[in-house]
Amino acid sequence: MKYVDEYRDRGVAAGLVKRIAASVTRPWVLMEVCGGQTHSIVRYGIDRMLPAGIELVHGPGCPVCVTSLETIDRAHAIAESKDVIFTSFGDMLRVPGSQHDLLTLRSRGADVRVVYAPLDAVRIAQDNPGKKVVFFGIGFETTAPANAMAVKTAKRLGVGNFSMLVSHVLVPPAMAAILEAPGNRVQGFLGPGHVCAVMGYRDYEALAERYHVPIVITGFEPVDLLDGIHLAVRQLEAGRADVENQYVRTVVRDGNQLARDLVSEVFEVVDRKWRGIGTIAQSGYRLRDEFREHDAESVFAVEAIETSESSQCISGLILRGVKKPGDCSAFGKQCTPRSPLGATMVSAEGACAAYYQYGRYLRADERPRENDVV
Amino acid sequence: MSSETPFGACPVPFVDTDEILLGHGSGGKLTARLIEGLILPALRNPALDALDDQAIVSLDGEGGRLAFTTDSYVVTPIFFPGGDIGELAVNGTINDLAMGGARPRFLSLAFILEEGLPLADLTRIIESVRRAALRAEVAVVTGDTKVVGRGSGDKIFINTSGIGVVPPGIELSSRRVAPGDAVLLSGTVGDHGIAIMSRREGLELDGPIESDTAPLHELVASALRAYPDIHAMRDPTRGGVAATLVEIATRRRLGIEIDETAIPVKDTVRGACEILGLDPLLVANEGKLVAFVPEQGSEPVLGALRSHPLGQGACRIGTVTARHPGFVTVRTSIGGERILDLPYGESLPRIC
Repeated sequence: MKYVDEYRDRGVAAGLVKRIAASVTRPWVLMEVCGGQTHSIVRYGIDRMLPAGIELVHGPGCPVCVTSLETIDRAHAIAESKDVIFTSFGDMLRVPGSQHDLLTLRSRGADVRVVYAPLDAVRIAQDNPGKKVVFFGIGFETTAPANAMAVKTAKRLGVGNFSMLVSHVLVPPAMAAILEAPGNRVQGFLGPGHVCAVMGYRDYEALAERYHVPIVITGFEPVDLLDGIHLAVRQLEAGRADVENQYVRTVVRDGNQLARDLVSEVFEVVDRKWRGIGTIAQSGYRLRDEFREHDAESVFAVEAIETSESSQCISGLILRGVKKPGDCSAFGKQCTPRSPLGATMVSAEGACAAYYQYGRYLRADERPRENDVV
Repeated sequence: MSSETPFGACPVPFVDTDEILLGHGSGGKLTARLIEGLILPALRNPALDALDDQAIVSLDGEGGRLAFTTDSYVVTPIFFPGGDIGELAVNGTINDLAMGGARPRFLSLAFILEEGLPLADLTRIIESVRRAALRAEVAVVTGDTKVVGRGSGDKIFINTSGIGVVPPGIELSSRRVAPGDAVLLSGTVGDHGIAIMSRREGLELDGPIESDTAPLHELVASALRAYPDIHAMRDPTRGGVAATLVEIATRRRLGIEIDETAIPVKDTVRGACEILGLDPLLVANEGKLVAFVPEQGSEPVLGALRSHPLGQGACRIGTVTARHPGFVTVRTSIGGERILDLPYGESLPRIC
């Protein structure tokens, strides 16, 4: 398939692995920021093709994983309300709140629908004037423009029964929090390609300079990732700390100006709590006051949410690259995608879930035997 | 309210479900748990325990062996590109028989109709049942019709059971799969699942994707003529090729190694999978088979498959091994390696 196969080519990949090996003189720890990159790395076995000294640790860029438990519980309370159609991207449906997930609510009769674009939710609202239609607006900067467009469209068309439960998170403050946290091991970043396609990478230049850390804006295909690793290693070996753009076919320095204008028209920056991490200052979006009539938090008076958190799981340490899934004693045992103990197991793009999905938890003697319950 | 614990907190464990979820019907791990945890322990017997697509049974004193199977069809939409629920209900049950090497003979046909179903729709479905049965030379010999109130069903559900005859000397069962077997696939994967999903979700794709629904018993018969000692065959329907391979690897304590680049996938299907974040290996097929064949039979069987219209795209995708029992490993397109596992429940489209 054109524009895909080129980036999954065995010969090109082998060449890049060779060049990485030739550049390395000492061990380095790199973090890929995005869950999509983590998924690709584990799916294609990229980390196992690298020279022994190059360690990849997995970043916090899985929006589903880091959506706070309070927000998920609030979403569930709204989805259970009378006359509500609750719409969401598919992978939020399985994410557990304190008591259940949206799939369970759907099986109990709640009207929960998967949509592929937020504007579809606006259309559902137009088609169902007697219902309140809520869209679960989560994600990083990547999904913000489409969510902003949905809210703006609903306001323009006077679709009063449409609202959005917003829990947007932003990448640069999270990278800063990782670099400032005690015990940080990250020496270089593979930056978030699709976030930068929207926002550009000027903010990352400030980060690179302030923390003296190389950041390579990187794509999601295996060849992109190997290329990004090569560029990052070359910078580290040379003692440089620049922002480089590997993903030139998609990203320009200033991003997409139309999308950025739309985002800042509809959203404002606020402090945001991240699941598994805690509150990070100025790390999220909420709807501006002009759009309050479409803000699900104002439309629905949900009683105070009581969440219970335990300290068993190490997802916080995994999200900032201090530990890896295999370091956790619960991984693949008490903690699986079926019964996730923490943030990094709840979505397919979480580091623990990616390791689990591609069997990284298994030893031959632990595999279920014939007639065991699989 | 919870306390703030930067970089350390985690949510409480999520308990197992005590209700049926849609994922219990997905062909993933939830389905396996339901079958092996609830149904099998209650009803255990040698024919059922094999958990093949069909039961092979002998009638005392009658000689010969019968293949017997049943399947229910609840697909939405009931009419889809490349077929409809009626054709699917005939072909699907025929294929379950065919995977046991049986020649399909008789079908039962039971409808559960929802009040309000247009008679024109039912007429169209019965006509396509008729055509599919004629094409496959099977007779629908018994049936049943029930009607449920509006809202208690979804237009139409169909159950078909089938009986076929297994020729002497044919012994197809996943129990015979052995290290060294070649793993063959009869053509492109994912066509049916993506045809359904694109219609259901209103996806507009570059080219038309049609369901691959087709009866496979003649394809199976010609493969068996070329090499009668084929060990096992499966039609990779719900859960796709991945479910077939993982189930055999885990149940039979065998390793399976496959090459990602050898798996044929149509470009439109690949494109749709990229958009939806799905793995083509996990997407349903309705007209493909996976065969486990001793090495020396691999070329003759491939030749026979390719010379049949339904097997033109047949290829070898991997090998059964004694290494890493219980695991299916995939050589990825860039030369890395990963383990192929089943999803827990429904494959949900990703957000970005």
